[in-house]
Amino acid sequence: MSTDDDDVNAATKTREARRGRGVDDRFNSKLREAFGSTPFILTKFDQFMNWVRGSSMFMLQFGIACCSIEMMHTYAVKHDLDRFGAGVPRASPRQADVIVVPGTVVSKFAPRMKRIYDQMPEPKFVVSMGSCTVSGGPFQQGYNVVKGAEEVIPVDIHVPGCPPRPEALVYGVAKLQERITNGESSPVTVKPYELEQFGDLERDEVVEQLAEEIDEDTLVMRYDWAGSP
Amino acid sequence: MSTDRPDDSESESESEPEPDGDVEREAAVPETDPEVQRARAPATRGVDPDRLERLLGDAVLRRDDQINADAAFEVRPDAVQDSLETLKRRAGFDHLSCVTAQEYADRYESIYHLKKYADPTQEVSIVVPTSRRDPTSESAEPVFRTADWHEREAYDLVGVEYEDHPDLRRILLPETWQGHPLSRDYDRDRPQIVTLDEHANPLKEDHEAEADDSTMFVNIGPHHPATHGVLHLKTTLDGEQVADVEPDIGYLHRCEEQMAQLGTYRHQIMPYPDRWDYVSAGLLNEWAYARAVEDMADVEVPDYAQVIRTMSAELCRIAAHMLAVGTFALDVYGDFTAIFMYAVRDRERVQNLLEDLTGQRLMFNYFRVGGVVWDLPEDRQAYVETVRDFLEELPQALEEYHDLLTGNEIFQLRCVDTGVLPPETAKEYGATGPVARGSGVDYDLRRDDPYGYYDELDWDVVTEDGCDNYARVLVRLREVEQSARIVEQCVDLLEGWPAADREVQANVPRTLKPEKDAEVYRAVEAAKGELGVYMRSDGTDKPARFKVRSPCFSNLQTLPELAEGEYVADLVASLGSLDIVLGEVDR
Ligand code: SF4
Repeated sequence: MSTDDDDVNAATKTREARRGRGVDDRFNSKLREAFGSTPFILTKFDQFMNWVRGSSMFMLQFGIACCSIEMMHTYAVKHDLDRFGAGVPRASPRQADVIVVPGTVVSKFAPRMKRIYDQMPEPKFVVSMGSCTVSGGPFQQGYNVVKGAEEVIPVDIHVPGCPPRPEALVYGVAKLQERITNGESSPVTVKPYELEQFGDLERDEVVEQLAEEIDEDTLVMRYDWAGSP
Repeated sequence: MSTDRPDDSESESESEPEPDGDVEREAAVPETDPEVQRARAPATRGVDPDRLERLLGDAVLRRDDQINADAAFEVRPDAVQDSLETLKRRAGFDHLSCVTAQEYADRYESIYHLKKYADPTQEVSIVVPTSRRDPTSESAEPVFRTADWHEREAYDLVGVEYEDHPDLRRILLPETWQGHPLSRDYDRDRPQIVTLDEHANPLKEDHEAEADDSTMFVNIGPHHPATHGVLHLKTTLDGEQVADVEPDIGYLHRCEEQMAQLGTYRHQIMPYPDRWDYVSAGLLNEWAYARAVEDMADVEVPDYAQVIRTMSAELCRIAAHMLAVGTFALDVYGDFTAIFMYAVRDRERVQNLLEDLTGQRLMFNYFRVGGVVWDLPEDRQAYVETVRDFLEELPQALEEYHDLLTGNEIFQLRCVDTGVLPPETAKEYGATGPVARGSGVDYDLRRDDPYGYYDELDWDVVTEDGCDNYARVLVRLREVEQSARIVEQCVDLLEGWPAADREVQANVPRTLKPEKDAEVYRAVEAAKGELGVYMRSDGTDKPARFKVRSPCFSNLQTLPELAEGEYVADLVASLGSLDIVLGEVDR
């Protein structure tokens, strides 16, 4: 036996000793072996958490308009977003951490979308998909169309296109993962359109007119079309 | 084109390679003789305007020559029900295809476009003018159930009021909206307030209801995996059974009609139809607009372009039906199962073909007024071969669907005899497409009101008599086979087409300005059914009124009929089998 072999044997023994008894053999990964006799890594907790967050994202199963068709294709065979650790659609917002907003947001839907966003647990991230969610897209001049998802909720990544190809969405999600790993997210600020209680609105002509119809404590969203881009 | 009959009453002439199709547009065609010339008079097509006028009696204010229907009558606002009743019972006009409302400088107008299920080339329009001060006319709902939603929409967007309507409130816009956006004096800059209502609290409703019975109120949607988009179903359950269901729509109302009215006929409108029914059915929708505008401006589409149109449109239909089947499996089995993945796989193949042809996967924008934008891609032969490869493998794929779905006992248990829609009810609601054909209503505009190249090809209209969820799925799967047949024949034609004769676009002027007050209503068979477009010109290069008759809008109206009394799980299946797409319902 050479000395080299002795060293190796000693190292193996140390590793096995440190691993302790009782751990099933099946848990011994190759990666673990690569660490050799020091089964510890040193990193910042936050960094580690962000890496974990980015590598395992639960998407909200959420379709609005045309873009959601391409989003479905991104989840399904061929493009298979799951390969990137981001493909399990959850039907409930309470189980999801990423919401892809795939389509035109209109006045009747925006309060509901805000509510869905609010129901997601922190930390949460938003990918806005398609020109509609960037600016209103082809429907920007519509009397009923909110000029972009960012008027209502904070958006981390915009994926432009009408509709963006699945490859583009995959790229957008990959970029989001990068941002999350780096601990970046878009700031939560007051948006042009927020849910407020009707009673809290400034009393002007429009509000007066509806005072009969709407309760003081009903949640409302007020759209100032003239001021929107 | 003449003022009194701006649009030929027959189907779009350019689509008809037969002699009598040619006769319609050009007297210069050699085989035109007075006999055939007379054949274009509406009377010989089974509609006799004089007889109808006698039937309608003194309800008629005047005959209206602007609309392209065989006959159009202006009737008194208080005689709407009588007139429609007469036409329905005594003249056989059993299909209220569309209701269009619009505002002129001096009056409001509601137009009821009537057709016959037995022969949709027979059309009558009932025009109801009302004054600007009091825009009230009689509701058509007691005669045609489908008028319910159509009139609500007219009220919502234009502001016409209907007397006798069971439930006249907004349908697309939020209930607190102020003003009617398609009326002339609408102020677009006015702030609007939209509520997030508490009535949507299911528990509250529950406790309220407890006193008398054991019903429970459930909101399904607007964000729900089973609603295929942003649809809201207000559902009242009695145990597991659906006691009442009311679809609440408008969560994707993105002003399609307004957008079209802002665009020029020649170039700017065509991209929008792609976004009505967006499940890859874009070309079928583009055709609806193309057909209407070509009829209006009297444009003749070259045969070669018609073949390309027919082929690409049928590819779209295959893709659309695939998605319908895949998501239906998703609804019934409740997860992303193999069927969904298979459907997406096959869609990817179709989308590749369409992308090669049009340059886009989903929003093709490939049709142009008078043809298509470009020819098949180079290398032609390779493209043709790819299409053939796809067609060759399609039967095997369909076999798989039948194995997994229609032949599956569990699936049959879920779908056979649930969501029953009797043919008479289907007609009452103006249902068309696979929904009507699954109820045994033999109605397909590709055959009954031919356009494109369909009447030159050999294919069958698929119907099933089951009237249930199962029948509707079966119709779609079988229609895929028929579409494949059509595509196959088109590919053969395209391959053999002489190179010198490959004209993809007619010569159309740079700006189209149809004559002032010309009106047109034309429909095609889209993936979901009869997709119609109404346009009125004011002499400029943009339409003064653009109205979309969406098949899903009418089909979705049947949901309460399908679901009430059934289990809530079957409600989900019924909704899936109607195959609605919200972009088209809400427009
Ligand atoms: S961006 Fe284009 S494809 Fe996407 S929802 Fe808007 S219109 Fe549809």
